[in-house]
Amino acid sequence: MQVPPSAGMDTFPQLLIRNARDWADRPAYREKDLGIWQSWTWLEVFEEVRKLSVGLKSLGCKEGDKVAVLGANRPHLYWVFAAVQALGGIPIPVYADSVAEEIAYVLGHAEVRFAVAEDQEQVDKLLEMSEKLPLLEHVIYENPKGLRDYDHTRLHRYLTVQEAGQTLLDNDSKLADEWLQRVKDGKREDLAVILYTSGTTGRPKGVMLTFNSLMVSVQNANEFDNLDETADTVAYLPMAWVGDHVFSYAQCITAGYCVNCPEGPETVSIDRKEIAPTYMFAPPRVFEGMLTHIMVRMEDAGKMKKKLFDYFLGYANQVGERILNGEKVSLFERMKYAIGEFCVYGPLKNEMGFSRVRVAYTAGEAIGPEIFKFYRSIGLNLKQLYGQTESSVFITSQPDGQIYADTVGVPMQDVEVRIADNGEVMYRSPGAFLGYYKNDDATKDTKTEDGWVHTGDAGMFLENGHLKIIDRAKDVGKLNDGSMFAPKYIENKLKFFPNIKEAVTFGNERDYVCAFVNIDLVAVGNWAERNNIAYASYQELAAHPEVYKTIQSHVDQVNKDLADEPMMAGAQIKRFLVLHKELDPDDGELTRTQKVRRKFVADRYAPLIEAFYAGETSKHVVTEVTFEDGRQGTIEATVEIRDMETYNVKTVSAIGEAAE
Amino acid sequence: MSVMDPTLEEVKRKAEGREVLLDLENVSLSFGGVKAITNISFNIKKGEIRAIIGPNGAGKTSMLNVINGFYQPQEGVITFNGEKRRSMKPHLAVSQGIARTFQNVALFKGMSTLDNIMAGRATRMKQNMLWQMLYWGPAQREEIEHRKKVEEIIDFLEIQHIRRTPVGTLPYGLQKRVELARALAMEPELLLLDEPMAGMNLEEKEDMSRFILDVNDQLGTTIALIEHDMGVVMDLSDRVVVLDYGRKIADGVPEEVQSNPEVIDAYLGVSH
Repeated sequence: MQVPPSAGMDTFPQLLIRNARDWADRPAYREKDLGIWQSWTWLEVFEEVRKLSVGLKSLGCKEGDKVAVLGANRPHLYWVFAAVQALGGIPIPVYADSVAEEIAYVLGHAEVRFAVAEDQEQVDKLLEMSEKLPLLEHVIYENPKGLRDYDHTRLHRYLTVQEAGQTLLDNDSKLADEWLQRVKDGKREDLAVILYTSGTTGRPKGVMLTFNSLMVSVQNANEFDNLDETADTVAYLPMAWVGDHVFSYAQCITAGYCVNCPEGPETVSIDRKEIAPTYMFAPPRVFEGMLTHIMVRMEDAGKMKKKLFDYFLGYANQVGERILNGEKVSLFERMKYAIGEFCVYGPLKNEMGFSRVRVAYTAGEAIGPEIFKFYRSIGLNLKQLYGQTESSVFITSQPDGQIYADTVGVPMQDVEVRIADNGEVMYRSPGAFLGYYKNDDATKDTKTEDGWVHTGDAGMFLENGHLKIIDRAKDVGKLNDGSMFAPKYIENKLKFFPNIKEAVTFGNERDYVCAFVNIDLVAVGNWAERNNIAYASYQELAAHPEVYKTIQSHVDQVNKDLADEPMMAGAQIKRFLVLHKELDPDDGELTRTQKVRRKFVADRYAPLIEAFYAGETSKHVVTEVTFEDGRQGTIEATVEIRDMETYNVKTVSAIGEAAE
Repeated sequence: MSVMDPTLEEVKRKAEGREVLLDLENVSLSFGGVKAITNISFNIKKGEIRAIIGPNGAGKTSMLNVINGFYQPQEGVITFNGEKRRSMKPHLAVSQGIARTFQNVALFKGMSTLDNIMAGRATRMKQNMLWQMLYWGPAQREEIEHRKKVEEIIDFLEIQHIRRTPVGTLPYGLQKRVELARALAMEPELLLLDEPMAGMNLEEKEDMSRFILDVNDQLGTTIALIEHDMGVVMDLSDRVVVLDYGRKIADGVPEEVQSNPEVIDAYLGVSH
């Protein structure tokens, strides 16, 4: 088949044509099917997209139509994006694990006419909600399993739609030209996609991104990390999330690299090992999980192996990061590190699927500095970036060689970042969104008239020009003496200790900072077992003097760290207690996604907070609890409150100047 | 738009139109003086899901053992696929197209999921051991063919992630699924499931039910199952036969059986 010479470089379908021409034989998408990796070249993807696109058109899909995409990461579903964009339509990826009502809300709000679903599970959700979605006309499914007996008047198989498209193309030679003309007509300013933010508060909002926003953002990112058509990545994060849309579609089609789709969510780690991606992204919890997994397995390893492992990891800790950052390292050190690479780091990276990684990113949450350092020391180029849906991901990113565990890097090219008077991070960039779909009020609240976007995060620039994110802006408060109080920032520092599972700090409009601490029953329980400390319950273990001593040393360390940071030094923890019960979503203390509901906890444990500020050293409390079977009960405890030493600020000058 | 729930009449009509796959006529089985099965007749039709239920010790598992040739009944005629059976051994039953799973999982614990399912294809391998050991030429081609089939089953039952895991380390619900996979690897015409959901939690039961329906619908396999969870039985099966003390006390579509006074007595007990 003939690939047209050029169709421009302004939209993703146009770029797809370029890829089919320039990299006809290079793999574009791979999928593991029946245990074997199947791949599609750019030329094949182009053909697949074209026949799907023409098939969709024959069903009535036209310019401006919204098409929902529902399912796990499958090449066929990524092609829908290009197929719809080629017709001037707008794809809307939807979180596949949402319940039917949530999906119905998004589809209804976006006025979706077509939906492409992965399998029976997703089709069922759509059919269940069909009464609420009068505008939804056709549902197309990829995997026919279990769908044979369904009524097929509005339901179509993906393959059938493609075949219909191919037949039309075969019978009418003009059709291919018409289709191509529509692709050429696509403009940079056109709406490319609407991504609904998951919305922890209130209804999800539809973020409208143009080809231009995505393209600028993505091209800068490709340049930043030298990504080209030889890169490989594994797609495993939800397709509706902006990160995946960028990494596995926009960036891939722009740079021309290959996206690999695992068999299923449970096989990701096996598939990652087989593919060995060169470019990857994972949230901090994935890196934490992998490290824990390795450490647990090493506990069972032979003595010799364990010794070797410990020795070389210790060594990597000294020199690994310096080598990775390109600093001056002596020949002897390099050689010793090479032996370590051969014996330990290499096999370790291979086990985790990191053998070929050139750049790996983590974002979304703060990552523990120890974990971050571990991966970098064994030679994985792990970096952090900061972004959001509204900015087509990239706002700041860490350049190679300038990596700090507690920052998110410097502003990307074409992105301006400033800190508002209230400490909120704001940015202006061509990558910024057009607005929220059908929600002008929200758009006005978020985006100023001259294009600055509120991120909702509080942050600051360090002396080296790197941005540091502190907390959600609305949570940041002030102590009575005027110093800044960022609760989550302090809590994260506490939570980086394995013994501490959860922490809640108080201090807004108070004289000093106090903290509730929840111990991690697994870690502390394990410690207790090894030290012959008997305990019958969480409550008993939490109140144990030795446990208190350990937690006190952690809090002390946090205070020392805070004293190093002039802006935060005023918010050192003056008093703390170990809470007599675990914070639990069943009691409403945490959300279902394990986030602390600060206000609720403050109300519920008001007597303890009073005791903090009244200077009492212990307090008897009765707390109502809901047991797992739904019964109500109470637990009583006398909770000890300890005072902490606070430290003087070490360096006074630097930030005082920077803030002015 | 999904399939409507069929009415009782429709179910009956559908069942009547089907061909009989297995027919048992006046079958009796005893061990010494103990009568396990007394004079039971019923049939299983092609493409249906047939449940065998009854209180503990009613003779359900014995019935399955008779069907797959593990026990030899003293009396009665068994016809499978139009052929009258004389003496029967389990391996002959397999080659005729009857596969089963067990009440207690009976897998090779130290072997991976993949190898366990491959073992299910052993009866279908034609090359002799020598060729297979050399793994060359026809033996290799054959192995690849079989592996393809096994991968399809793995995909069907969604157990890709445990392909290489030794089954002994798997949770119970997954082991049951692997066992089903191994039985399916024999490409049976009749699949016997002995308490496929015993000891499972609700979610695992829902998964298993879906797989049983999928096997029946997509692969067209006839299924006979023993199960204690009445909700599952009534939802899944086309027809139900009820045993009590080795005798048949009811036979029919779920709705009929549920309202049968004898069945209610057998389950709830009778005041004497």
